[in-house]
Amino acid sequence: MSKLVQALNSARVRGWLYQALFLSATVALGWYLVSNTLTNLGTRGVATGFGFLEREAGFEIGESLIAYAASDTYLKALVAGLLNTLTVSAAAVVLASILGVAIGVARLSSNWMVGRFAAVFVETVRNVPLLLQLVVWYTIMNRLPSPREAMEVLPHIFLSNRGLKFPVFVEHPGHGWAFLALILGIAAALAVVRYGRRHRETTGKPFPTLPVALAAVSLPPVAVFLVSGAPFAFDVPVLTGFNFEGGASVSPEFTALLIGLSVYTAGFIAEIVRSGILAVPHGQTEAGLALGLSPAHILRLVILPQALRVIVPPLTSQYLNLTKNSSLAVAIGYPDLVSVTNTSANQTGQVVEAVAMMMLVYLVISLLIAGFMNWYNQKLALVTR
Amino acid sequence: MSKDLSPPPSTVPPAGWAASYEEEPSQASTPPSPYGAQGGMTSLKPFGWAKDNLFNTKLNTVLTLACLAILWFAVPPVVSWVLLDATWLGTSEECRAGAGACWSIIVVKHRLIFFGTYPYDEQWRPFLACALFVAMLGVSGVRAFWRPGLAVAWALVLVGMGVLMWGGVLGLTHVPNDKWGGLPITLMLSVFSITLAFPLSILLALGRQSSLPAIRTICVGFIELMRGVPLVSVLFMASVMFPLFLPEGVTIDKLLRALAGLTLFTAAYLAEAVRGGLQAIPKGQYEAADALGLGYWQKTWLIILPQALRIVIPPIVNQFISCFKDTSLVTIVGLYDLLTAATVATTDPEWRPFFAEVYVFAGLLFWIFCFSMSRYSQWLERMANRYNRR
Repeated sequence: MSKLVQALNSARVRGWLYQALFLSATVALGWYLVSNTLTNLGTRGVATGFGFLEREAGFEIGESLIAYAASDTYLKALVAGLLNTLTVSAAAVVLASILGVAIGVARLSSNWMVGRFAAVFVETVRNVPLLLQLVVWYTIMNRLPSPREAMEVLPHIFLSNRGLKFPVFVEHPGHGWAFLALILGIAAALAVVRYGRRHRETTGKPFPTLPVALAAVSLPPVAVFLVSGAPFAFDVPVLTGFNFEGGASVSPEFTALLIGLSVYTAGFIAEIVRSGILAVPHGQTEAGLALGLSPAHILRLVILPQALRVIVPPLTSQYLNLTKNSSLAVAIGYPDLVSVTNTSANQTGQVVEAVAMMMLVYLVISLLIAGFMNWYNQKLALVTR
Repeated sequence: MSKDLSPPPSTVPPAGWAASYEEEPSQASTPPSPYGAQGGMTSLKPFGWAKDNLFNTKLNTVLTLACLAILWFAVPPVVSWVLLDATWLGTSEECRAGAGACWSIIVVKHRLIFFGTYPYDEQWRPFLACALFVAMLGVSGVRAFWRPGLAVAWALVLVGMGVLMWGGVLGLTHVPNDKWGGLPITLMLSVFSITLAFPLSILLALGRQSSLPAIRTICVGFIELMRGVPLVSVLFMASVMFPLFLPEGVTIDKLLRALAGLTLFTAAYLAEAVRGGLQAIPKGQYEAADALGLGYWQKTWLIILPQALRIVIPPIVNQFISCFKDTSLVTIVGLYDLLTAATVATTDPEWRPFFAEVYVFAGLLFWIFCFSMSRYSQWLERMANRYNRR
């Protein structure tokens, strides 16, 4: 008896006991839910399993990166939806970062008026729900004039209620080679940057990294472009009858979603950038000046590395938020992953599989982005002994 | 690679605050005047001030002139649309004839926007419920009222709201909750979900910090799952999968399902905020509690939580703001919140051209709530910092 009491008083035994209790409660709850679900599905006569992925979807998708028709499988429809989600998220991440950094810097401007403008922007977009902003952008897009009275925002770029029309290059094999040369150029530039840093650290002498790297990036593609005969033909959109012909276009749904996501997230990124820059004490700038560094060097070698350390972790959560927020596309009819999954679930009745797949895909995307940003953050982090 | 989605706390002062969903940058790092670095120290005269803050360099002069040009072109049309040319009480024909905003659509539709499909003659009830609620929110912001009585008052107010909304007692007619709509839905969903999520989030955060691997793994798994998927998918899950989870014959209505989804989602984010607070407590506090011979729950309840929760009040307010904005998503699963009501108001063919006015109005409502709460949270942070700095 006393041994039992002794055992029960030991923290280790109790720890095991608690864990066993907690685990069995969790398993019991899970089992209860699963068995209920199976019974319910059975009485409703809904099929289970992922067999439906192989069946014909039978619904159209408004826009898709891959060739998709209603006669394709559900799996292909879901992939098309996923690609749409990734496209709009990637484009919005780039736009939001540019806009956010610009506004964050503007808010710190010594110019009172510029600072006020940025503050009003930030406080407006952050305090109105994203969904409301998206609905507003979409309504605006829908009530734009028809293609016949389209607005020419820039030469040959038209905005109408059918979306944005813009010219594209006429396809030519030279483009592919120039693109390849660009990738090689970027690789060469990265090597130059590494070499320049090593050169400076070993010899103490500066190396003209920036001009050499710029030349490495820009010269090869331009050379290839010229050698292949400079294929410089544009496919320009032209109004014929009721609609445009030629050029490329993006739908009003995509445009509204892209603008809405970018503007909303830019408000948050601006605040992150602002707090990151403010977190670097002024003494750092003064110390740089005392060492005789030029203002450009101080910004690049002293301020930015320290500011980035503060900026990157919250920036990661903003990129994640943006990707997750792109799921609001379902409200304005852009065929993203959620909207395609929703249609599939409604048609097949297999909601459990559909919702589980959707959550899993988002989870994987989130983990990938978080993993990449954690890796980047570790590279930036303070190296301590 | 770490499975942890939140940034490593060591890089973010104070630990873990950046983990909240849409965080405010810490105001602690902001100097008193973020704009006009040279402002205020030279001259108090307006001319001198303008010279210091608007025209001190060539670039700033150009920027100031550009801003002034934007204002010159933007302000007159906006003012005439909003005020001078606006129609306030006219019919839709008068609106179509006028050049400015048609605020009459708000005048005509305000009952629909605020209260949705709630029976027209009974709409004083949701009005009273919302008024009670907003008053209570205001009272809760005052530090002098932060005492146990406040919780009792909240419980009474929530019961009162329930009675007002549902009816069925005290001679009030019963209104089933699929008739509710508009502002009460938005307010109730956000407050109930954060209130229910709070205790759950404390348990999750404690579980995540626990030394018992099974408990820690399950808590981390739940938190990261919820933080890794969009709210829309959680709401879909709540609306289509919850009915399947329950035994046959038991049903749960749409509003409660959405509330459950929102609560689970909010709890995961709040748990990360609470974890930040737990990690900010110096290790000595834990050791001191151990040295006094306190057990785990005594230590947590008497020593750790009182200190940790005080630190996390500002992030909780921020979480409440994003929860408030996020409730607008319930429109996707077919609930009748403020945004749905506004959208419905714009679909009336008679008033169809005047969508902008309705969205401006709805946006303004959201903005007033969110902006005042975010200002309040910044003030709280300043108070907390002043208290800590000494």
